Amino acid sequence: MKTLLFLLEKEFRQIFRNSSIIRIIFVMPIIQLIVLPIAADYEVKNVNIAVVDHDHSSYSRQLVQKIIGSGYFRLVENTDSYKKALKSVEQNDSDVIIEIPAHFERTLIKENEAKLLLAINAVNGTKGNMGGAYLSSIIKDFNQDVRTDWVTFPRMNPMPLLDIVPRFWYNTRMNYQLFMVPGILVILVTMVGSFLTALNIVKEKEVGTIEQINVTPIKKHHFILGKLIPFWVLGLIVTAIGLTVSRVVFGIVPVGSLLVIFGFTAIFLLAVLGLGLLMSNFSDTQQQAMFFAFFMIMVFVLMGGLYTSIDGMPEWAKIMTKFNPVAYFIDVMRLVVIKGSGIYEIRNHIFAILSFAIVFNGLAIWTYKKQV
Amino acid sequence: MNAIIANHLFKSFEKGKIKALEDISFEVKQAELFGLIGPDGAGKTTLFRILATLLLAESGDSSVDGLDVKKDYKAIRKRVGYMPGKFSLYQDLSVEENLNFFAHVFGTTIEQNYHLIKDIYQQLEPFKTRKAGKLSGGMKQKLALCCALIHEPSVLFLDEPTTGVDPVSRKEFWEMLKYLKSEGITILVSTPYMDEASLCDRVALMQKGKILDIDTPVGIIEKYPKKIWSIHASNMYALLQVARAFPNTHTCFGFGESHHLTLNHDAEDYDAFCQYVQEHYKEPFQIQEITATIEDCFMALS
Repeated sequence: MKTLLFLLEKEFRQIFRNSSIIRIIFVMPIIQLIVLPIAADYEVKNVNIAVVDHDHSSYSRQLVQKIIGSGYFRLVENTDSYKKALKSVEQNDSDVIIEIPAHFERTLIKENEAKLLLAINAVNGTKGNMGGAYLSSIIKDFNQDVRTDWVTFPRMNPMPLLDIVPRFWYNTRMNYQLFMVPGILVILVTMVGSFLTALNIVKEKEVGTIEQINVTPIKKHHFILGKLIPFWVLGLIVTAIGLTVSRVVFGIVPVGSLLVIFGFTAIFLLAVLGLGLLMSNFSDTQQQAMFFAFFMIMVFVLMGGLYTSIDGMPEWAKIMTKFNPVAYFIDVMRLVVIKGSGIYEIRNHIFAILSFAIVFNGLAIWTYKKQV
Repeated sequence: MNAIIANHLFKSFEKGKIKALEDISFEVKQAELFGLIGPDGAGKTTLFRILATLLLAESGDSSVDGLDVKKDYKAIRKRVGYMPGKFSLYQDLSVEENLNFFAHVFGTTIEQNYHLIKDIYQQLEPFKTRKAGKLSGGMKQKLALCCALIHEPSVLFLDEPTTGVDPVSRKEFWEMLKYLKSEGITILVSTPYMDEASLCDRVALMQKGKILDIDTPVGIIEKYPKKIWSIHASNMYALLQVARAFPNTHTCFGFGESHHLTLNHDAEDYDAFCQYVQEHYKEPFQIQEITATIEDCFMALS
């Protein structure tokens, strides 16, 4: 017990003496949390649009004005040839083309229907997708306006109109930051928990200090605990900093209980600390550990549902996310922060993370023993 | 009882391709200063790692302080001080913090064993708040020795402690070892410097995983079978060529400022050699009989 205390004292001293670690732990989360949610925003603005108007009627002008007036689009080209518009797409000047055919207004009035052509540049998938969707809804809206203009006084609506008004629960205004901030916080906690631990242990190997430690009577579990406990504490501190930042900067107040968040974080940290220990067993240099870490974080982030919804993934990828502890934590964070779930609602997540903790730590201890 | 016993130790790396130790046996007495002399790659570090319980030998057994290195490794770790060849203290901790840490880890304090390290630590004291990584090479080694001594070990393993250390610090270091020996500590020290061999009580000459000879430094020199001459001239390279061309030359090696020469029939060939060199080298040269050094013995054995 006394040995452990000395090890912890030494460990904390070294951590707080290393200015780059301090920066990683305290400054990086703050900057990432402030910058990333603002920059990595799915809301698409400034979609460049090229209008090909063959009609030049008042309706076509109205439609174009409505599109530009929505604030999502920026008119870059107003031409009368589709070829020219396509050229501007090729030159990357515009993302979407809308072609209004000749006699658009006349056919609309006479035949009660008219056709428009939308061409979307899909190289930037999200922008194209969202731009297309916005444009469709604007045109739908325009259509509605035209109808109310024409069918002014139906005493009794001959065709009942079904109007769907979506309501977004829990995140009523679809606030993107509310969705992203808890997720980014999870990545930061994972980095501190697993990668800093791995690097720290590997450093002892690389510098050779482990040789000196190994000839002392320090017991292996003391050494390991001495490495894990500091980062467990730091992980919780990062969580606290992160929650403070999201409250101060983004005004995000968790709906659920803070106790649930910290409780889950504590268990989650056990799992990722085990992962860090496991990684350190398989690398002899910090460089190797870095590569390991880089690979893992890519998988964790891309397969964790931070940027892309897990529900939208193919079946095999969905199965893979079941083995990604980060995916559970992101989910829990969102559930608790946005929806206010309690322990009972996230019990399956807790069980999953507990099993990860047992498996990772078990494997780590097993492989650690085999080494020496 | 012998403090260190190694009995037919074998160890190889990379699936037997590299034989690090081949049939190593030796004994070190209590309070003896025993030197392992040999070039890089002789297997000295491997031998240290086995005796310090960091590595298992493939076959053979060994004991330290009467304890088996396999079975009683935990007890051994409390009694030995090990100083690896590579500086392996915490570079980001200060001199004092390092020493304190290793004292605590062994369940002792600096004050308790201050008498052992007093002489070296006094030299370190002005820098005690300096980070270990910022010390000079000699200072680093002195600190490492302090850390290895702080728990009053009965056996000390020092793996090339003076490599990369300036001559003055080297001298101080060896004086320290003599003092520790007088305190009853058994010391096993390795060095690639032949001149340090004469400072040991007994030495083992090692090469390519084998022990060539074990004896006192004087004993090893006395065993040297041949007469040895030192030759010197203005053009040393031409002289070496000529000396080696002489049919009855046994060996001729460059030794710093002169060449050391042995002849097949010792004194019988001496006159013939001088004549041969005069004929072929043509310029004046000096030749003089000398006593062999450990290095000569090492060259003769390997």
